[in-house]
Amino acid sequence: MAVKLALPKGRLLRKTAARLDRAGWGLDEYNSSIGYYRPKSEKFPEVLIRVFHEKDIPIQIATGNYDLGICCRDWVEELLAKYPSSAIVKVSDLGYGQGSLYTAAVAPPRANGAPVRIASEYPNLAEAYALRKRLSRFSVFPVWGAAEAYPPENAELVLLPAGEGNIGGAGLTPLERVLDYSACLIANRASRTAKDLDKIITSLCTAVSSEKAASGVEPSPPGEIRTTVSVKASPGTVRLALPDGHQQQQTVNLLNRAGIAVSDYPSATGNRRPAIDIKGVTVKVIRPQDMPLQVANGNFDLAVTGRDWLADHSAQFPASPVSEVLDLRLRRVRLVAVVSNEVPADDVAGLRDYIARRGEALRVASEYVNLADKYARDNHLGHYHVIPTWGATEGFLPEDADLLIENTETGRTIARHNLKIIDTLFESTACLIGNNAALSDAAKKKRIGLIVGKLKTAVEAGA
Amino acid sequence: MKVPRAKGMRDLSPEEMQVFRGVEAICRRCFTGWGYREVRTPTIEYLHLFTSAGTLTPGRLGKVYSFLDWDGWSGERVVLRPDGTIPVARYYAESLRDEGVARLFYAANIFIFEESPERPRERWQCGVELIGAGAALADAELVALSLETLRQLGLKDVEVRLSHAGLVRALLEKLGLSPEERHRTFDRILDGDADLLAEITRDSPGLGRAIRPLLGTKGRSPAFLSRQGVELAGEMPELAPYLDDFLATVTVLDELNCAGKIDIASGAGFEYYTGVIFHLYSAGERVGGGGRYDALIPAMGGGDVPAAGFALDTDALMNLVRPEAVAPMEEKSVLVRLKSGVIKDSFRLGAALREKGYSVALDLGGKPLDADRTIEVRDKAPVFVVIDKTKARREAPDIAGVLKLLEDKGGC
Repeated sequence: MAVKLALPKGRLLRKTAARLDRAGWGLDEYNSSIGYYRPKSEKFPEVLIRVFHEKDIPIQIATGNYDLGICCRDWVEELLAKYPSSAIVKVSDLGYGQGSLYTAAVAPPRANGAPVRIASEYPNLAEAYALRKRLSRFSVFPVWGAAEAYPPENAELVLLPAGEGNIGGAGLTPLERVLDYSACLIANRASRTAKDLDKIITSLCTAVSSEKAASGVEPSPPGEIRTTVSVKASPGTVRLALPDGHQQQQTVNLLNRAGIAVSDYPSATGNRRPAIDIKGVTVKVIRPQDMPLQVANGNFDLAVTGRDWLADHSAQFPASPVSEVLDLRLRRVRLVAVVSNEVPADDVAGLRDYIARRGEALRVASEYVNLADKYARDNHLGHYHVIPTWGATEGFLPEDADLLIENTETGRTIARHNLKIIDTLFESTACLIGNNAALSDAAKKKRIGLIVGKLKTAVEAGA
Repeated sequence: MKVPRAKGMRDLSPEEMQVFRGVEAICRRCFTGWGYREVRTPTIEYLHLFTSAGTLTPGRLGKVYSFLDWDGWSGERVVLRPDGTIPVARYYAESLRDEGVARLFYAANIFIFEESPERPRERWQCGVELIGAGAALADAELVALSLETLRQLGLKDVEVRLSHAGLVRALLEKLGLSPEERHRTFDRILDGDADLLAEITRDSPGLGRAIRPLLGTKGRSPAFLSRQGVELAGEMPELAPYLDDFLATVTVLDELNCAGKIDIASGAGFEYYTGVIFHLYSAGERVGGGGRYDALIPAMGGGDVPAAGFALDTDALMNLVRPEAVAPMEEKSVLVRLKSGVIKDSFRLGAALREKGYSVALDLGGKPLDADRTIEVRDKAPVFVVIDKTKARREAPDIAGVLKLLEDKGGC
């Protein structure tokens, strides 16, 4: 049976590619500039290789979809913190990609007993940390990124990797080094006994052992500490969250059309607290995926996000106090159910029949884990697993998943991957969402009305 | 499609359920006989009930089933109850704090993740909590009640192992560990790492010399503990209050003929214990245990109220009891075999028999029930035929006649 290897994108790609090159793997396509996900090796043509987001790799190895994988140890430990009996074996430290996870805060920790909110991309490690530190009352906000932007108003503590000034530069004080990590080779436990992996393991490890001694890089300490921030919002202040990432430019254009000036957004220096020209309004820049949860728990009154993320949040928390306030008519996409062209089903009823005949659990891969779960439940898809992913989900079919819940603008990427759409869940555009309590708060109503009015005029003018 | 049960979960067969209910019934009878009243707390509680300082060890908290509820957008997690005592303590603090002494018991399931799917992840307990009473007498009541319950369950050769959480903590203080290490070490002891205490005292020879005799103590009498205690308190006077407390309980237990083996290193249990800890063993298997937890009710905001309790492990007891010793008296069972056209008569017969205390089932096919009697209901005379286990047949014209036949001791 062919050996399956999962290689990382992102921070480890360049060094991993260089090392494989030195080991003579002769990969046809594995570099940062292209979106092809299945490189082939001249040296090991029988090895099935697939490029994943690094965070996906421990899950792919644990579930046995892949036999071997390369990723940093932080994501392995994040999985093991919640699922200690995962079928993952750490084969070897590869000696590059070093870093450290730190807890950090603006203010020193308060006496135990006070509620502590922890924002982190590593929610399982954050929970394990809180238990180990015997925090008596804590809640963890799993975030897609920008954890450093949350303290002090929206979280007391963050757990994040040190780098690019995200600790000191964000006005945070590092409290504790929680985990040192570097790239490592991991294997599925059953694969290690069932398949002959030695040749590949030897090649991957030998390729790096010669450099390991030479590099010996220590984890970089957190950057210089700058004491700033601490924005204590007065009652009646409206807190607005704006998106980073690819929604940013369209949001800037809309704000311009609405005559709302937000300075330093997007920021060249990574400033996540730009100033807005409306008195009594504060702005913070966070990931759009994280906004519905943050608006629900009252950290923000208004936020610009996508209806897809609001729907995913509502699928998890049906009674959540978040409402769509205004359709901003930007970034129009469809949320669709997608299968491989090889699947003999053209709609969800056909998929149900196919699953019943097949008799195996259906693997549903999606960035929208709650929507995917709800879709499978609502459509009686029987025995199914949801595999959380972090982007480029279309590459999962057909080997690594059976069904995707995915967004698409034109459907072209889906068609290019030899996939087909069997159902449309809904249409999503960017929207302004609000916290229900804030929307009916007399002290905030006027300012919220002003923002909504300006945006509405701009949206209608642009229609 | 066959769907197996979830890993670490267990089905109980009708026969096992009979034993299960039998064990519960005996526990309930014993507990109520000592003035305890039954309570039921919810299966789901907030995680922070268990993370509050001094409740469960991080090792145990790392194995709770926690999740975000459907309205958990604040990030506050809930858990499937991982322990029986803490929810009862919460209930007391919330609803009974003016009651003074409260004697409460529960029969409940608790959920703890176990790596091996062979080990149960759901366990059943019958537990009692004596809240509002301190002192040796209360500890002795609990040990005596636990022993009486095990006796009523038919268990012989029950062994009690006694330790003292305050004493173990004080010994750890002497090791000069940092607060973090002390916590970790105590957690390991509480998580059942019994060798650890011996191991660390080996590394501190001076201290080891003083406490090793106590760690190795397997004595039974108060005099023995007293001798050891005098020696130890001479070298470490700060241990004296804990030794006195321990000795007071052991003395009362000795008077009641309930004293067990003094085994300080058997500290495994929960972090919330502050005083005497006891473990109950039968046939080499741990069947229950308990102890004093004077800091728990105050931590729940219930005032400065002392408390202690114990829990018996229902699953372990089910394996040890003789089923016939705990199973309730078998009901007199009847199988009604009916022909079409006599449905109404058959149902009327069933109702009349049930009123007289019979367990009556209609024969719907499948494997025949092992009933004491089978009654055929026919559409012509004789309408009722009563057949006993020897296949002897007797006829009755009506329901009254059937009842007469069944009650006729000499009959079939």
